[in-house]
Amino acid sequence: MSPDPFPLGPHPHPLGAPLVRREGREKVTGTARYAAEHTPPGCAYGWPVPATVARGRITAVETDEALALPGVCAVLTHENAPRLAATDDPTLSVLQEDRVPHRGWYVALAVADSLEAARAAAEAVRVTYETGEHDVGLSADHPRLYEPETANGGYPGTRERGDFEGAFAAAPVTVDATYTVPPLHNHPMEPHASTARWTDGHLTVHDSSQGSTRVCEDLAALFKLDKDEVTVVSEHVGGGFGSKGTPRPQAVLAAMAARHIGRPVKVSLPRREMPAVVGHRAPTVQRVRLGARDDGVITALSHEIATHTSTVKEFVEQAAVPARIMYTSPNSRTVHRVVPLDVPSPSWMRAPGEAPGMYALESAVDELAVLLDIDPVELRMRNEPDTEPDSDRPFSSRHLVDCLREGAERFGWLPRDPRPAVRRQGDLLLGTGVAAATYPVLIVGSDAEAHADADGSYRIRVNATDIGTGARTVLVQIAAAALNVPEDRIRIEIGSSDLPPAFLAGGSAGTGSWGWVVHKACTQLVARLREHHGPLPAEGLTVAADTRKETAEQSPYSRHSFGATFAEVQVDTATGEVRVRRMLGVYAAGRILNSRTARSQFIGGMTMGLGMALMEGSGLDPAFGDFAECDLASYHVPACADVPLIEAYWLDEEDPHLNPMGSKGIGEIGIVGTAAAIGNAVRHATGVRLRDLPLTPDKVLRHL
Amino acid sequence: MESTHQPADAGGSRSVSDQCSELVLYVNGKPHTLTLDHRATVLDVLREDLGLTGAKKGCDHGQCGACTVLVDGRRANSCLLLAVAQDGRRITTVEGLAEGERLHPLQEAFLERDALQCGYCTPGQICSAVGVLAEAADGFPSHVTPPGTGSGAPVELTDDEIRERMSGNLCRCGAYPRIVEAVGDVSARAGAASWTSGGPAGQGVAS
Ligand code: FES
Ligand code: FES
Repeated sequence: MSPDPFPLGPHPHPLGAPLVRREGREKVTGTARYAAEHTPPGCAYGWPVPATVARGRITAVETDEALALPGVCAVLTHENAPRLAATDDPTLSVLQEDRVPHRGWYVALAVADSLEAARAAAEAVRVTYETGEHDVGLSADHPRLYEPETANGGYPGTRERGDFEGAFAAAPVTVDATYTVPPLHNHPMEPHASTARWTDGHLTVHDSSQGSTRVCEDLAALFKLDKDEVTVVSEHVGGGFGSKGTPRPQAVLAAMAARHIGRPVKVSLPRREMPAVVGHRAPTVQRVRLGARDDGVITALSHEIATHTSTVKEFVEQAAVPARIMYTSPNSRTVHRVVPLDVPSPSWMRAPGEAPGMYALESAVDELAVLLDIDPVELRMRNEPDTEPDSDRPFSSRHLVDCLREGAERFGWLPRDPRPAVRRQGDLLLGTGVAAATYPVLIVGSDAEAHADADGSYRIRVNATDIGTGARTVLVQIAAAALNVPEDRIRIEIGSSDLPPAFLAGGSAGTGSWGWVVHKACTQLVARLREHHGPLPAEGLTVAADTRKETAEQSPYSRHSFGATFAEVQVDTATGEVRVRRMLGVYAAGRILNSRTARSQFIGGMTMGLGMALMEGSGLDPAFGDFAECDLASYHVPACADVPLIEAYWLDEEDPHLNPMGSKGIGEIGIVGTAAAIGNAVRHATGVRLRDLPLTPDKVLRHL
Repeated sequence: MESTHQPADAGGSRSVSDQCSELVLYVNGKPHTLTLDHRATVLDVLREDLGLTGAKKGCDHGQCGACTVLVDGRRANSCLLLAVAQDGRRITTVEGLAEGERLHPLQEAFLERDALQCGYCTPGQICSAVGVLAEAADGFPSHVTPPGTGSGAPVELTDDEIRERMSGNLCRCGAYPRIVEAVGDVSARAGAASWTSGGPAGQGVAS
């Protein structure tokens, strides 16, 4: 990397400027089209049929009644659906066999001329099953728990350093506490949807996805096509939060049905069915043990996770991973154990691993602070490691202490009376809490093209996806800085698998991965233009770049964002209701590339963390084996009135070990730490330590 | 002008078959004579039959507000309205709010405040906000309106009032603080402007 990756950058530098979203106007006028909003001529509608048993085999499917209804084209089942190639994601092997691995698994798809007819047909399909005993109950002592090789993200399942047991036994002060996080649902506002059509053997799918390159690859493999025989478009995507990271069953169902009936088919998942088929955050039972000296320095740290996966695939929520990097811990043990149950397959939800793991770790650190009577901000500062505890690698940059300091100042943390249950306003008890946040830096090699037109305009092509982050806008800012031209001379094309392939919008890795390759293409284009003499040819000049080589190099640094979240809550002693009064986050996430859209992302993450703390929670019904809270009436996400003053700030962090922009990724860190900050504030308000999320009135009231 | 197309006998859809009836919907000021399945909701008719996909389907069950439109000037969840029961009604969707290139002040404010991320809840939020401004101007109280506020007198839209009244519109991206600011901006500016008084807001702007 050159010392200044943006040598041409004009002043003021477009990086960081609060540019308005490029597609904002389409979104506020309703002209932005999402996946289900494409209706090719002759389009039919698919409506899925979910299994009504938790474990079993289909013994018969009766479709006559459904097929006799007006407007019905077909009913696809495992008996007549097109055969798919084997796949390494078995959640996509829909309608291929009679096995039912969990309730809500799709067993048929009704296809009709209208939505109304498709829905009626789906209801008229009769499926009979042979059922088996099912088990959907996770517990920390489940006999079938095992230690997996790796957890999500490829992290080792278990890590040990020093002698945890010995150090814990010898520590003068200890915390030993177990925290639980229930299953959580992503519930992006746009349900998963796909519109598929086949034209002369070419499959085109408008899909609600966080990355259409991967969807294209997977559909090509499933339908035994070349990648260039498949086009997947994800132009506008109504949120995903991980649940649209890779293809979901609706894309396969739509493509299958379209091939089966020879017409375009649209499949949009009913909201209630989403939790069973699009992934969820797996529940975790987390035991944290901390041993510390009297001055608060941690000498022993153990974080043990029990979680579930499905019988379809292994997915292990990596909740013990953040404990490997957060604090001084010469003797440490971090373990994941998982049990395959007859449950829907878990998957990514915003900050998988970090969000639930930091809830437990940061609650335990608060418990330690209470025991030692040390201010929790101060306690964290005393446990700041010099290098990453797990690997001993240096941090590329780590400004947790600065985030805590600046956050404490902005929030008005001090003076703070540490005594609980002493701040009363009528029926209300008030308290404040703090927690730290972290999220790793991920960067994945991608391709992009930069083109200079003869008329002096530029075009960037890269298959990035905008799921609400403002990807178009920020990539144009990066291009403008690299090309040293005004943003309005640059057009950008994203959201189609026909564009140069790029990583998906996930793992907070989008902007870093896409931005790097856009920067590279633009830098090379500048060099080409410098060499070029005279007017450009009519077709302009195009440069293609890819960053596979650069990103494949293992960094010698431990690279993470850090942050600190502060919350003030009120607890109603008459009703048990907890409400957040205000919340403030300060983040150190490298260079912030667009202050307007970045602030929105941080606040959005914190808002989801508020939901995790106070209202979001799903449960598996032991008798039926499905999520009991599957729609938005029963699974509560924060509403406008739940969200008071939320502020997000960031430090000007310079880190030369990341990418040319110096950015770390900001989509997930906002949710991390928020639930712990709120839980810690509830303890400060009431004196009661509650360790099972969410902190709903029924749980709180019985302790008041 | 807005009532000239309206049939004298609103609510009189004509049965065409066991499954279908013919009716007229006035959408963004334009009359549409439609033969519709009795099971069809206004939301699905807008999205699938009229190509107006601004109103979004988030849940189809009245739980999220993404499908909010204005029906005779008042906001409603269009996923809960059977189209056949809406004969003769005037429906305004987000597509009907701007005047040509000129955005509705709420649309401007949402852009200015970055009151959106993925944008999927946004049309519903904006239509809902149009409804909120009209309801407050018409003196509808909310859960947080102080008791004793004069009946029917315009309600001042404080941040708490906006939060309360906008709580039927979920935003999973968490744009709420910005949405409250955007609605507050317009409410403050509109205090004196005519477009919140004098008839249901959002109605007639494109008709
Ligand atoms: S789609 Fe109508 S309220 Fe959700
Ligand atoms: S902007 Fe995405 S749901 Fe509101």
